[in-house]
Parts: sequence; structure tokens; C-alpha cells
Amino acid sequence: MNKSVSILTLLLFLLLNSFAVAGDDGNLNVNKNNNNGYKDVKDCFEKVNRGIFAFNQTLDKIVFKPLAKGYRIFPQPIRAGTSNALSNLSNVVTIPNNLLQGQMKKAGVNSARFLINSTLGIAGIFDVASYYGLKKQDKEDYGQTLGVWGAGPGCYLVLPVLGPSTVRDTIGSAVNLIGGDAWYNVTVVNDTQHFSEADYYASRLLDGIDFRAKNLESFDSLEKNSVDLYASVRSLYIQDRYRKIKNIDKTTETLSDDDWEELDSQ
Amino acid sequence: MKLVKSISFFFIILLLANSSFAKDPSNLIVEIVDEAALILSSDDPVESKIIKLNAIAERSVDIEGIGMYTLGKYRKTIDVDQKSKYQKLFKSYFLKSFSSRLVDYTNPKINVVSQKKINDKYTMVNSILEATSKRPQVKIDWRIYTKNPDNPLIRDLIVEGLSLARTQKEEFNSIIQNNDGDINALFKTLEEFLIK
Repeated sequence: MNKSVSILTLLLFLLLNSFAVAGDDGNLNVNKNNNNGYKDVKDCFEKVNRGIFAFNQTLDKIVFKPLAKGYRIFPQPIRAGTSNALSNLSNVVTIPNNLLQGQMKKAGVNSARFLINSTLGIAGIFDVASYYGLKKQDKEDYGQTLGVWGAGPGCYLVLPVLGPSTVRDTIGSAVNLIGGDAWYNVTVVNDTQHFSEADYYASRLLDGIDFRAKNLESFDSLEKNSVDLYASVRSLYIQDRYRKIKNIDKTTETLSDDDWEELDSQ
Repeated sequence: MKLVKSISFFFIILLLANSSFAKDPSNLIVEIVDEAALILSSDDPVESKIIKLNAIAERSVDIEGIGMYTLGKYRKTIDVDQKSKYQKLFKSYFLKSFSSRLVDYTNPKINVVSQKKINDKYTMVNSILEATSKRPQVKIDWRIYTKNPDNPLIRDLIVEGLSLARTQKEEFNSIIQNNDGDINALFKTLEEFLIK
């Protein structure tokens, strides 16, 4: 099984790289470097992606949106506590990725936050670490690490249920399932007597609902005002990943004046 | 000598007048945010709110510039008639979409925190939309076109690092691209949106 996973990963990686380095040759012109390093990501499987996107939208209307609305009924402190606990749990993926990206200071801060919040903060429900001056850091994942290491995004993908991704980010997510996520290891892979598989899937589901609940109005607005919702979501996802991989906080660094400049000169 | 003095005085007055008209980009945002907040928190009917919000947009947003930006590479291939039709359609689309996005907020609290001049043409104003019980705080940056310092105009809104102008451009380009580069497909989509 491990062997098949490795072969699949290798094949995907090759696919990813072939798209990442493809030049200006017809349809394979995918990662044209422009706009201060902002990369255009080719939607190689657009028809299939649009189909899965429509399926996900239906699923969202039937399942996730109603769940998110229901979740909103809980008092704000309960939702904040849940969000804190889930965020604390995500440190088990963020910390190794901090290390892999050479962010030693951030790895130290996140480790200290994880220890303090898991104990004094009662399983992360309370963000006690912030009171000690250890501010919350951005999440990191294996897709971001691959990006930092120089892997191109590859084609844009829409995954059933999980939503927008790229070949690189999908490989990154797969790393969680082959030992990269300590929470997955103690719940699903290893039979510890403290946690079960259900804990892992419940936490993932809750994470999704929490995210959806925080963005109910923004999604509604986007849906209402988009003339091509699929293209809007794709654009937002690609911009967001670019910013996260570059670890850019300031807007001025994320934007290029190229297109605006061209416009002004016309 | 008197003449030289008079001319110098005239130029100084002109200079002073000019600088007094130059508008600080941060102030522009503070002004329109305050004005919009007043409209949104009023008891006016929705239609009246929309009219007032659109008036703010028309005088403080470079709608024509954004429209051309969002066409991307296709702005080079359209003819004069198509350009004129597009600009009319885009303006209507922008105003409808703008007011529709805003009118759902009852009393948004936006605080301007800083600004950074990128070059003579652009200044980025950084602000924070305060958190409510429903959503966390949101970072909003405003890309201000300052080519004419007396009349700075908003050209983009960057929400949590995501550019709305870029998103719009990629959305429009997707429609045109999926219709074999035919700009009429975009016109049709915009017309459909406007009668919705």
C-alpha cells in the first residue's frame, strides 16, 4: 500500500513539475511568470472541475450551509472556543511545516503556543498563550512547503467535497495521510486508546463548518454578485495560496502595477 | 519690480490653492466610510440607500479605469463601439454589484490604520473592518489612484490580501475565453445580470 502511495506521489510530482516548467508551447503555457512572480495557473481540466464544483455547490446548499447556520445559533464564546481548539490542533501540521520552510522562530512560537494552550488553555479552547505575548501565527501546510521549495502549482483542481486545490496542494494534503499529520496518526492510523477515527473526522467536519459559518455572508455576497462564480472562486483560491506561499502580509508586496501601468499608458 | 512681486505672489497663491485642494488618500477613505456608514445605519428605504451609495461610488471610484482593467488582454482587441457599449454595461454592473454588496451591512465599522505611497500614481490605504459576533475582523486595503492628487480615486479593494479587481478580471476573462474570445458573450452575461 505504501509503495502504491509512493508511486502515485511520484507520478503526481512529475505531472506537477511538467506543468510547472512548461514553456510557451500552445496549451501547455501554464505558469507564465508575470505580475511580480504571481503565476497564472492553468485550468487543465476545466470541464470536469466545473462539474465537481456544481456538485460541491449542491452539497453546500443541502448540508454545509444549513449546518453552518445552525452552528451560528451557539453563543459566540462557544464558537470562539471551538475555533481556538481547532486552530490549536492545526499546529501539529503547522509546526513541521515551519521547520521544513526554515521558519525556526515561528516553529518555536507555535510549539510554545501548542503546549500552553493544550494544557493551561484546556485542549486549546482558551488562547492563554496570547496573554503571554505569544501571538497567533499563520497556518502552514505541506502544499505551501512544496511551493516554498520551488514546486509550481500545476493544474487547478476542484476536489469533491474538499473544494479548490491544485496538483501541488493535493499532493501536500496527501502528505497528511502518510504520516505528516500527528492528529491523523493518533486517531486513524494508530490504535491509541484515547482517540478514535471518529474524533479525526468530527474535527475535520467541525473545521469545515466553523470556516463556513465565519464566511456565510461573504459567500452569499460572492454568489449573488458573480457572473461566473466558478471563475471567481478559482481566482480567489489562487491569489490566497500565492500570498500564503510567499508568506506575504503586506498588500503592497502582493500586487503588481504591471497591468495598471499598461492601462495608464494606453 | 512691482510686477515681479505681483507675479510671484500670484504663483504662491496658486501653489497654496493647489496644495489645499490635494486630498490625502486616507482622508478620502475615512470620508466615504463615514458617509456610507451614515447611509447604511439610517432608516431610509433600501432603494434610497442604494441611490446614495451609488452617488458615493460614482465620485470616489475610478469605474471606467477598473472596467478597462477587468477586460485584461481583450481591451486591446475591442473596437470603439464595443468599448463604448462595454463601459456603459460595466458601469451599471459595477454600481448594482457595489450597492448590493454593501446594503446588507447595517453599521460597518472601518478604521483606517495606515497608508503607504507606492509611487506617484498609487497609494495603498490600510484599514480594518471590525469584528462582529458573526464574523472575525477583516483587513481591507484600498488601492488609490493618485495621478491627479486633487481627485484621488479608488481602483481596487484588497480584502485579506485578495484583490477584487483581479478576481473580477479573471471572472470576465473566463467568460470571454470560454466563448472563443467573443466579447459579446460578456455583454450578454452582464445584461442578464442587470435584469436579474
